[in-house]
Amino acid sequence: MSMNNQGRPTGIAEGSDSAVPQTVTGNRGLQIEEPLIFEQDSAGRCGVDLPEVPAVASRLGAVKQRGRIGLPGLAEPQVVRHYTRLSQKNYAIDSGLYPLGSCTMKHNPRLNEKMARLPGFADVHPLQPESTVQGALELMAELGRWLATLTGMAAVTLAPAAGAHGEMCGIMAIRSAHDAKGDKGRTKILVPESAHGTNPATAAACGYAVEAIPATEDGRVDLAALKAKLGPDVAGLMLTNPNTCGLFERDIITIAEAVHAAGAYFYCDGANFNAIVGRVRPADLGIDVMHINLHKTFSTPHGGGGPGSGPVVFAESLAPFVPVPYVVQDKDGAFRLVEQAGDGPAFGRMKAFHGQMGMFVRALAYMMSHGADGLRQVANDAVLNANYLLARLQDVMTPSFEGPCMHECLFDDRFLKGTGVTTLDIAKALIDEGFHPMTMYFPLVVHGALLIEPTETESKASLDQFVTALRALAERAKVGDVAYFQGAPRLTPRRRLDETAAARKPVLRWTPAVEPEKVAAE
Amino acid sequence: MRYLPLTEADRRSMLEAIGVPSVDELFRDVPEAARLSGPIEGLSNHMGELEVDRALSAMAGKNLPAGSVPSFLGAGAYRHHIPATVDHLVQRGEFLTAYTPYQPEVSQGTLQVLFEFQTQVSLLTGMDVANASMYDGATACAEAVMMANRVTRRKKAVLSGGLHPHYRDTTTTDARFIGFETVVMPPAPTGGEDLLAAVDGDTSCVVVQNPDVFGHVRDYTELGKACQAKGALLIVVVTEAVSLGLLTPPGAMGADIVAAEGQSLGNALNFGGPYVGLFAVKEKLVRQMPGRLCGQTVDADGRRGFVLTLSTREQHIRREKATSNICTNSGLCALAFSIHLSLLGEEGFTRLAEINHAKAVQLADKLASVTGVEIVNGSFFNEFTVKLPKPAAEVVEALAQRGILGGVPASRLFGGGLDDLLIVAATETNTQSDMDAFATALAEVL
Repeated sequence: MSMNNQGRPTGIAEGSDSAVPQTVTGNRGLQIEEPLIFEQDSAGRCGVDLPEVPAVASRLGAVKQRGRIGLPGLAEPQVVRHYTRLSQKNYAIDSGLYPLGSCTMKHNPRLNEKMARLPGFADVHPLQPESTVQGALELMAELGRWLATLTGMAAVTLAPAAGAHGEMCGIMAIRSAHDAKGDKGRTKILVPESAHGTNPATAAACGYAVEAIPATEDGRVDLAALKAKLGPDVAGLMLTNPNTCGLFERDIITIAEAVHAAGAYFYCDGANFNAIVGRVRPADLGIDVMHINLHKTFSTPHGGGGPGSGPVVFAESLAPFVPVPYVVQDKDGAFRLVEQAGDGPAFGRMKAFHGQMGMFVRALAYMMSHGADGLRQVANDAVLNANYLLARLQDVMTPSFEGPCMHECLFDDRFLKGTGVTTLDIAKALIDEGFHPMTMYFPLVVHGALLIEPTETESKASLDQFVTALRALAERAKVGDVAYFQGAPRLTPRRRLDETAAARKPVLRWTPAVEPEKVAAE
Repeated sequence: MRYLPLTEADRRSMLEAIGVPSVDELFRDVPEAARLSGPIEGLSNHMGELEVDRALSAMAGKNLPAGSVPSFLGAGAYRHHIPATVDHLVQRGEFLTAYTPYQPEVSQGTLQVLFEFQTQVSLLTGMDVANASMYDGATACAEAVMMANRVTRRKKAVLSGGLHPHYRDTTTTDARFIGFETVVMPPAPTGGEDLLAAVDGDTSCVVVQNPDVFGHVRDYTELGKACQAKGALLIVVVTEAVSLGLLTPPGAMGADIVAAEGQSLGNALNFGGPYVGLFAVKEKLVRQMPGRLCGQTVDADGRRGFVLTLSTREQHIRREKATSNICTNSGLCALAFSIHLSLLGEEGFTRLAEINHAKAVQLADKLASVTGVEIVNGSFFNEFTVKLPKPAAEVVEALAQRGILGGVPASRLFGGGLDDLLIVAATETNTQSDMDAFATALAEVL
């Protein structure tokens, strides 16, 4: 055996046992078990050094001071280690391919993070005098200009906090427009069966009855069924385009004309804008209103579930019906915020302050980096990558619809028929191969859906490796190796988790062995 | 283009594998009339990092960072010192660039963070359970009202005049479109209000804020009992989470739902967002809650682990029957909140609250010494209202010219009226010399 210059062997001893050991600590090398932060408490320990409290007479009034809260005490190194270890139990786009269909898990550039942290953006209070925040208002105006130009739309609101919030905003605008015309008879919103769950939830939350539109054999909206449902009781159509089957709605212009002819408005869920950004302007398709997920198309980080940002663009027809606040520019070039709805058609406020500014900075940094030419290339490469996966997988898996697809490709579980292996099993086995699974069981219009969205930020080598893994799993499923799949994943910090037990007897927080002092307010 | 790994050779070989001559062919389903032949006009082309940095830094340079001058703004967003550790940990790619933890085996990090966050929020608010966050305090407030409507099967909310106007307006916007009634009490900057008189058999909830938007610290215990007697829920809003280190928590006052803004912990001012909505309820209301919930369970080997749970309330399962349309929440801001609170711990958090209160007392004493300035509040935590002999909006502008960010005019929040009232906050970041400078400048501009 060879030795290094300190006399230590550098090779592997013959006959060494390569089985994964049961360790004393439960740790497995770089996978370190980490207790709850509450289980690491030592009373009196603290991770910050604060000065003495200035001696003053309390002005809290009659309300009592509270007793012990029950927060754990840790020093800074323990806190750093806790969160570092937890982070290592996550898969992330930084670690590898994250092909969650409909979620657009693309690379999150770090320049965006740096720009959002400039004190001129991050350390500005939302209610500072306008004269002290001209650059922030300029940034909002500039982001709005990019979004309006890319979509060909007349107006933009940046207020909504996420995609679903943007949907709410769009439906409120549609309702406002009908109300302004005195048209109170429109009680329905049409939503295709393939839509994201947020679409029907939004329409219902806004008081509309939801009517589902079936899909055709080729994965698009059934135009005849749609036309049959359109009438004086329909307020609007909510359609995702490209749709959640990863297909462009070929009839979209005809759909828009039919919707408009019925006196309704056309809402587009812009979750999949990434597929067409820079190549198609939604305004040219006859869309009246569309939200844009900055955390999808424009690369702001998903952050383990937010924060997002869901600006909404409006065609001329709906442009007056926006929420407050919005930015206007005076003749002298100064920017102003309009914060009160007043008596005009603007319909009110949707959240505190002015929108997700931190996300605006990131999205604009991304847009400027790519530019109009680069964004077009983004769409090209996103669609190319998805079609490449479709081409490489179509003989071992079952594509639900004929291609070409747009930015994502949809398979169903017909290729698993009779094997005893399910879509879920494939997903869990992919985890052991080092990939995040695709979106499973969505959209609902096909059985056992596997929706794969690679995004444009994956290299060909990365796609090829994914194809190799997925092809091997498909073959393995076909030979009926059910036990292998049902046991997966085996190499993760935790194996399959019992979700049924979690829901039956919910444990939603840690509870101390001894309750902290309950403060009575008598 | 630095974010795109495909080379021209890759693209050619991939097109070949697909069996199409060009990428344009893949877009053949797009109606011809809507196809653009080249880059969209009116926008710049791609830029290097240096150029983007330069352009955005120039824009940032036109703003006055609150930390660069004596600053006393609050009214729902507070400037606190955030330990360096917080942002360092938040920027770990495994947190920053992960999605909602739908695949629990590869998301235990995010899930355990959420479980700990839910516990922290429950402890701070004195409630039984909290969710995994909402967009912000104002949307949490509106969701709380809609939840109260569901729970009580009533459709009228009574909103205190001490509720932050943005929270009020967010709720009334929803009321208008979703179809419920709101009774909005007029602002009462100096005195109390008779909320109970507005409660009747149709009232689903009473929404109050503590400390209220003018800074008054309130005890809502009696109101809570009275609401309960009338079958209405008590919703308590908190816009300054640090106050929970010192004041009796809403849970101990009988709140049924707490809707709060968590920005003060771990999150920078960011010109108003992103922030993090906190949402906590009594145990029996859990299944009517909006938003994500993380729960504890075991894995196939019997080890403790965490999953998203009770998702039958949510839009991706229930579609039009969901308790809310919320999907994305404020995951990363919740993480920042959690890390900051973990660093503070029991001792640090309570001391931070005490320092905030003491600073505000010092500021109030200082400003009261300025001729013409009257402190309106009998009680406050770290924010209070002063009455000025001139319109507050003018005063604030004149102070800004002197390099002081001197508070929020009530007229800006309420859209007119209350012209002479200025809402002023102090935190641990304000020094004695900041306060001296503020008082001196205020004396000059009055």
